[in-house]
Amino acid sequence: MRYVNHEAVVKKMNKRLIVNGIFKAIFLAATLFALLVLGVLFYRIISQGVGYLTPEFFQNFGSRVPEKAGIKAALVGSIWLMCVVAPVSIILGVGTAIYLEEYATKNKLNNFIRMNISNLAGVPSVVFGLLGLTIFVRALALGNSVLAAGFTMSLLILPVIIVGSQEAIRAVPQDVREASYGMGATKWQTIINIVLPSAIPGIITGAILALSRAVGETAPLVVIGIPVIVHFLPDNLLSQFTALPMQIYDWAKRPQEAFQYVSSAGILVLMIFLLLMNSVAIFIRNKFQKRY
Amino acid sequence: MMVQTLEKGTAKQMVASSIVYDTQKLNLWYGNHHALKNIDLQIKENEVTAIIGPSGCGKSTYIKTLNRMVELVPTVKTSGAILYRERNIFDANYGVEELRTKVGMVFQKPNPFPKSIYDNIAYGPRIHGIKNKKVLDEIVEKSLRGAAIWEEVKDRLTTNAYSLSGGQQQRICIARCLAIEPDVILMDEPTSALDPISTLKVEELIQELKQDYSIIIVTHNMQQAARISDKTAFFLNGEVVEFDKTDVIFSTPEDNRTEDYISGRFG
Repeated sequence: MRYVNHEAVVKKMNKRLIVNGIFKAIFLAATLFALLVLGVLFYRIISQGVGYLTPEFFQNFGSRVPEKAGIKAALVGSIWLMCVVAPVSIILGVGTAIYLEEYATKNKLNNFIRMNISNLAGVPSVVFGLLGLTIFVRALALGNSVLAAGFTMSLLILPVIIVGSQEAIRAVPQDVREASYGMGATKWQTIINIVLPSAIPGIITGAILALSRAVGETAPLVVIGIPVIVHFLPDNLLSQFTALPMQIYDWAKRPQEAFQYVSSAGILVLMIFLLLMNSVAIFIRNKFQKRY
Repeated sequence: MMVQTLEKGTAKQMVASSIVYDTQKLNLWYGNHHALKNIDLQIKENEVTAIIGPSGCGKSTYIKTLNRMVELVPTVKTSGAILYRERNIFDANYGVEELRTKVGMVFQKPNPFPKSIYDNIAYGPRIHGIKNKKVLDEIVEKSLRGAAIWEEVKDRLTTNAYSLSGGQQQRICIARCLAIEPDVILMDEPTSALDPISTLKVEELIQELKQDYSIIIVTHNMQQAARISDKTAFFLNGEVVEFDKTDVIFSTPEDNRTEDYISGRFG
């Protein structure tokens, strides 16, 4: 007796193909919905904001008059913020990931640490704001400075960078590590010559995505007490400053309608800032991939 | 070495000078699994020693113990001793890096680094501190010639080693191993991922390397063991069943289990 009845298979084939088609349509609709929302968002922001994107917008400080309001302080402030966040979070994050993946033995304590780092990535950003307020602003008396905000943001994105780097390091095949150890290389020689070159594209992608999150994050800045109207540029790490999302938030909540357009222009600047960061990430990634 | 062996008496001195590895009562556990049981083996200089046996018999574990690569598995415990050139490799003050510089290894699957052919071969010398470009150039050429692949790759040393075929990659790995000028070469089923022609080339290469190196090779291919080795050890369930000259093992084995295995009755 045969178990597969080929005639029945042919009969039922139409139904199976229809079900297949239905699911394809559902998934396509889900994708289109996301694209549609994104499209509407872009359209609204560009149509409202592009008129305010004048050279003066980049040269003026904040103002009560919409026509005179500019983004100079916030843009420069965000760049300063990134100059603190990028080195601090990448050095600490990649270092932690290397320790956990390459040096730490697989015991219960280390598994506990690994698990909790993943959990930390899910902690709401406002909680990190409170942490920053308590430790950096008050206990270490850094005030609401670039440095305090930078450290807070670094803590916020640290778990994301650690987890991303761990995954990139874990993706390096074990057999090339063995080849290196087999020739008498030390752990560090293996890490620096074999593991990191292969893992760096993944690490950088993860780090830049995390930094993008830090650029756009508002809640911790609000909690730390970053001012919104600043009429000077930061000149050292302990200067007061403001950042793009704070400025946008302030404009968006103002009653005058014109400020809604200014806010849209601010969002455009923020998005261009993020796109630039992502293109840098892609550029670095491609450059490294070519070499290895 | 002469000074060290003198006190052991003249009879033993003759033997001792040509013994590379002397394994004494070696036991090894992966967690609770007793993988190697009371292994006693003496491996001689400038010979090819083949280790055969069915899957899971401990042959790969044994060869990885010889350069302590097995310790990359965190749950490994060992007892007994392995004397490499009369020094116990398990001694606390014997660094694994030092041991692995003298004992090179070729792995089951070709595992070149994702770097150029040149950088693959120069990797070992570089990590041991050789920076002079001229010296490195010479080492690279000598090693590639030694692995019988120089003619095939001499015009494209800067291309990625991944662009080579599997058989070529394995010979690159052998060349990479030769570049640190080891004393012993351990080979863990080096041809199991290769096609017959590449296998033949690697086997011929092993015959040539035998002049200058002591080679220990794990293989599941009994014909290969018969073709290339001087001595053969038959492993079963973590024990050495029989260890003798290869032609003795394959013609008149003492143990029934050896005979059953080599005649294909199990394994």
